[in-house]
Amino acid sequence: MLNINKHSSNDTKIQIETKDLSLYYGQDKVIKNISFNIYERMVTALIGPSGCGKSSYLRCLNRMNDFIQEARTEGEITINGSNIYDKATDVIELRRKIGMVFQKPNPFPMSIYENVAYAPRLFGVKDREKLDEIVKSSLEGAALWDEVYGKLKTPGTGLSGGQQQRLCIARAIATEPDILLMDEPTSALDPLSTLRIEELIRELKKKFTVVIVTHNMQQAARISDYTAFFLLGDLVEYNVTNKMFTSPDDRRTEDYITGRFG
Amino acid sequence: MNRTNWRKLKDKYMYLILVGTALSILSILTGIICFVLYSGWSALSWDFIFEPPRDNMTSGGIWSPLVGTFQLIVVSIIAVIPVGVLTGLYFSEYAGKGLFPKILRLAVRSLSGVPSVVFGLFGLSLFVIFLGFGSCLFSAGLTLACLTLPLVVTASEQAFRAVPKDYRDASYALGATKLQTLVKVVFPSAASTIITGIILSIGRVAGETAPIIFTGAAFYTSKTGGLFNEVMALPYHIYILATAGTNIEQTRPIQYGAVAVLLALVLGISSVGVWMRVRMKRR
Ligand SMILES: Nc1ncnc2c1ncn2[C@@H]1O[C@H](COP(=O)(O)OP(=O)(O)OP(=O)(O)O)[C@@H](O)[C@H]1O
Ligand SMILES: [Mg+2]
Repeated sequence: MLNINKHSSNDTKIQIETKDLSLYYGQDKVIKNISFNIYERMVTALIGPSGCGKSSYLRCLNRMNDFIQEARTEGEITINGSNIYDKATDVIELRRKIGMVFQKPNPFPMSIYENVAYAPRLFGVKDREKLDEIVKSSLEGAALWDEVYGKLKTPGTGLSGGQQQRLCIARAIATEPDILLMDEPTSALDPLSTLRIEELIRELKKKFTVVIVTHNMQQAARISDYTAFFLLGDLVEYNVTNKMFTSPDDRRTEDYITGRFG
Repeated sequence: MNRTNWRKLKDKYMYLILVGTALSILSILTGIICFVLYSGWSALSWDFIFEPPRDNMTSGGIWSPLVGTFQLIVVSIIAVIPVGVLTGLYFSEYAGKGLFPKILRLAVRSLSGVPSVVFGLFGLSLFVIFLGFGSCLFSAGLTLACLTLPLVVTASEQAFRAVPKDYRDASYALGATKLQTLVKVVFPSAASTIITGIILSIGRVAGETAPIIFTGAAFYTSKTGGLFNEVMALPYHIYILATAGTNIEQTRPIQYGAVAVLLALVLGISSVGVWMRVRMKRR
């Protein structure tokens, strides 16, 4: 997994540096001393069988595990030069810089407009014109504007599943974060909506670093630049996606990708 | 073969028993309503509602007790909302599993089992005497609020708990603080359920007599008054007509007319609550 640097060209910068990270839920060690670098403006896919710790890792990145009482981390995650598990870290500020999209589309029970304006409002944007602008550009960024610009005042929950998920993406990018975390964002969607989101992710990576959990091997192969394979809390292999899906270094990766277990 | 038949038979009997109990409940309710309407029908008219009682309450209507009851409802709602909703919020969002919340929870639960006459005496000693408000609308309203408190606390707590974790997660992930999440997401999503809960609880206590007898219900006042005046209230008015009136037999229709109005009021409030609940479930 260290030969990763061979594959990355010189202009890729490290966005997230994970060093010897472990996560415990009570006594259970669900992430076991993993280390790897996630690169800026790349799509990194996390794959692995159910329960191997992908979501848990993702939630480490914006410290959503803080809400789970028995959760405890060891090691470091460095984002923009500082360890986010440092005492001095402002978690609110951190989450502002990291957007998250969940498995199940979860727009707030408010209007489409209010959903997108939610985070900007939190951070003090009051000017109506400025908000209008943010809402428009975020919805455009999420490839939803054309479908909803005439009904911004209607409830976000009235949209189709795929539209709702894109609304959640718009909501997440409204504060212009550096990183976008996505936990199986298409697993609740039909194939067509899935395809639209995948296209969208390819667009999004021009502006954001995307980390996406997926159970769909084809999806990982289609949209990601790097792939990390987790197994029972271990990071078994981390590689350039092309390499990973054609000639993986580890036997277990090959078995998983070709569907021999998992 | 025999066994299967027996099982089918048992199923059938069970079904009949259940339908029977449901029907008996329905018949009790219709029985009460029919009886009340039959006995009070001759008294019911618009004048009956809009006229104050006259001639030592042997004629006239029920306007002042009706207004008094509305006033009591309004005062108790205003009083119970902040305390009840915030306590519910505390239980749902902040309390956790410590000893103190456990004791508090037990206290609230016990409170809902306390007989209403005890609330009346409590209101008498706290609001009327100790705090010096005297026997008035305000004291009686606060006493009714105490009675609804456990209901509102429980309804609010459940409403807050029912807000999906998805919403909270989304809000936190966007960088909201706990307070922001509560104010902007949790509260608005829970609001309509809480309002329904409050309406239902008020429906439950609007007909109570015991809590207001010692705290602010007037035997008779010709006019409707302010916050620190005694008020007539429908349930107490009925009680008086039926037990201490000048001519109990002759005023039977008036008594049952008043009962019919009170019943309509309480059932009306409750059905608004139920209707809101059903409508919310559908969404
Ligand atoms: N809140 C929690 N408390 C205790 N254990 C948890 C909690 N959340 C997850 N776990 C455990 O941590 C392990 C990793 O879970 P995680 O959700 O990260 O897996 P995953 O790789 O995302 O799986 P899936 O593909 O099914 O989403 C599992 O064994 C799970 O049971
Ligand atoms: Mg998961």
